[in-house]
Amino acid sequence: MSDIAISIRGLGKRYIIGAREQYDTLRDRIAAAASRPFRRMAPGGLGASTTIWALRDVTHDIRRGEIVGIIGGNGAGKSTLLKILSRITAPTEGEAEIHGRVGSLLEIGTGFHPDLTGRENIFLNGAILGMRKTEIARKFDEIVDFAEVGEFIDTPVKHYSSGMYVRLGFAVAAQMEPEILIVDEVLAVGDVHFQRKCLGRLDDVARDGRTVLFVSHNMAAVQRLCTSAMLLDRGRLVRIGDVRPTVAAYLGGEARGGFAAAVRTGEAQILCADLENLDGRPLENPSCSDPIVCRIRFTLPRRSPGTRVGIGVLGCDGTTVFTTSNADAGTPCPSGPGEFDACVTIPPDTLLAGDFHLALCLWNAGAILDLQEPALSFSVDAGRSPLYAERSTRKGYVHVDCAWSVAPRVDTSAAEKVRLKPDPTLATIHS
Amino acid sequence: MSARASALPVTYIRPGARSMSFTLREIWQARELLYFLVWRDIKVRYKQTVLGIAWSVLQPFLTMVVFTIFFGRLAKVPSDGVPYPVFSLAALVPWTYFATAASNGAASLVGSQHLVAKVYFPRVLVPLAAVLMPVVDLTVSFGMLIALMAWYHVVPPPALVALPLYAVLGVLTAFAVTLWTSALTVRYRDVRYVLPFVIQIWLFVSPVAYPASMVPERWRPLYALNPMATVVEGFRSSLLGTPAPGAMAMIALATVAAALAAGVAYFRSVEGSIVDLA
Repeated sequence: MSDIAISIRGLGKRYIIGAREQYDTLRDRIAAAASRPFRRMAPGGLGASTTIWALRDVTHDIRRGEIVGIIGGNGAGKSTLLKILSRITAPTEGEAEIHGRVGSLLEIGTGFHPDLTGRENIFLNGAILGMRKTEIARKFDEIVDFAEVGEFIDTPVKHYSSGMYVRLGFAVAAQMEPEILIVDEVLAVGDVHFQRKCLGRLDDVARDGRTVLFVSHNMAAVQRLCTSAMLLDRGRLVRIGDVRPTVAAYLGGEARGGFAAAVRTGEAQILCADLENLDGRPLENPSCSDPIVCRIRFTLPRRSPGTRVGIGVLGCDGTTVFTTSNADAGTPCPSGPGEFDACVTIPPDTLLAGDFHLALCLWNAGAILDLQEPALSFSVDAGRSPLYAERSTRKGYVHVDCAWSVAPRVDTSAAEKVRLKPDPTLATIHS
Repeated sequence: MSARASALPVTYIRPGARSMSFTLREIWQARELLYFLVWRDIKVRYKQTVLGIAWSVLQPFLTMVVFTIFFGRLAKVPSDGVPYPVFSLAALVPWTYFATAASNGAASLVGSQHLVAKVYFPRVLVPLAAVLMPVVDLTVSFGMLIALMAWYHVVPPPALVALPLYAVLGVLTAFAVTLWTSALTVRYRDVRYVLPFVIQIWLFVSPVAYPASMVPERWRPLYALNPMATVVEGFRSSLLGTPAPGAMAMIALATVAAALAAGVAYFRSVEGSIVDLA
């Protein structure tokens, strides 16, 4: 008996673009059939351009007990792979063999009905996830505890806060005990406390020797949890192996130094971004003492007041070092429509020497309009920065200008008590 | 380890519809989910509606009143020697079940997209749950029928023992129709608009407002191709003692069996692409 949990052989999935719009009704189907000869003449009408391979030629064996992180940009085929392995959709070519019961968690709270109470939804959701009624009844108290919904258990979930809703959904899912667990980006929702709880639960699952397939954009979580990683790019499996080099390949493998959107979607979108120095010239090899200017061009096709543009600075392992947006500086964003340039300057002697990635984000009223993560990468050299004048290495990602004072200790038994005085300049900041 | 590992179920994922298809064993394993899907629909309906359970009684009752006035009193439609209100209600109870199940069922798969797209379970549970849910209404409205029979002092004949068989035939007919309509609706939303019209016509080609004995003898075999004719006549014969469907039942059984087999085959062929199509 082999110890292979999942064996994937040449798996591929093709989608026909536009099929949904064209054949929604019988009449459309007839109309489409009638116009087919004419469309053949139109440039790019029929043929290869109307199909897209969301996943192509993926071959890999996953051993029992492996925790596999699946990483890649948007549209890389991560979700398609999970959907095929979860049997939600059939592949177009290739095959896979799965040894053991599969539990998939592609969404939190699948099948929750807003009009049913928390208690009722626990049973419904549990059954949907493949649990037995007796099993759910036995674990009921544990689920309620984990979800922290307390006395709201008999309240319809439509009255729940989004946090409670998500916690309840995860609490039920956390009770699944399949041999193979498939998890799709569930950590993107919920607060920090909840995310930590989820990760803890996934840790437990991993320690039980179960096989886990885990899709996430959170590289720190992937590195912490996974024993190996698969990197997908435009439907192809481009790298398999140890987590660290694979994550590094993903973060560094995308456009370096500059970013340009592949296609114009016609929606609100980040078009391009570049690093410059203060004179507006391209910044090739920034050193710590250089101010780093990031110029972001974006388009708002419609009037949308209150739009924010922001960047996230990520360390080489994907940890978010800090984020900033135009709202921090109190700069209002033009409400559109039109194209805009935003400039953000990272002050000199802030970033320490090392590799960094930038994530770009455009959002409005809590809804993300465009997110590019990571959009561009750059390295910062120590250069002639005063930060490295005394020491050649510094730990961490950023330098924070802290106030220090060191004075000889004064004996407190002495008649007059003298305290170490804080830097007086800080007092003005706090007041 | 190896002993445990060898006991693990193996799933094969291959292109095409076959790999996604359900088996009877899989449905049996998922029976609890089926129960919860039916239970959810019942719960939600009674939470969302003011009258709740009363709807399952009101609909056949009001139809019976209208039929009694127009067909029984004004058109003087014969009723096999039974008071017309009981005669029509005995047919309207199974008919209302069928009409509800068929329209519920057609919309069921499209209505469960959020579920189907996120988790695997035998897809056939969705239309199955949709035709089982109205059985609750059927039971409640059956109680009203018994009350009306008592009011008119109608005593059921010994043929009453056959009643469950006709009820099962009714559920199977609804399921066969639903296998087709639910899968077709995913691809062609037109079904949603065609179906109410079809059900309306179906009401009049079934002996609901009139007895099957009104249909000329030589047309009877053709008439029997509609299994609902047997279901309706069967309900009446086993409750009110009217003539039994007899040979009509054989034709109906064959029709339902054929429709079910074809329905299962069609459903299986599209099952794998439900997520991609909708």
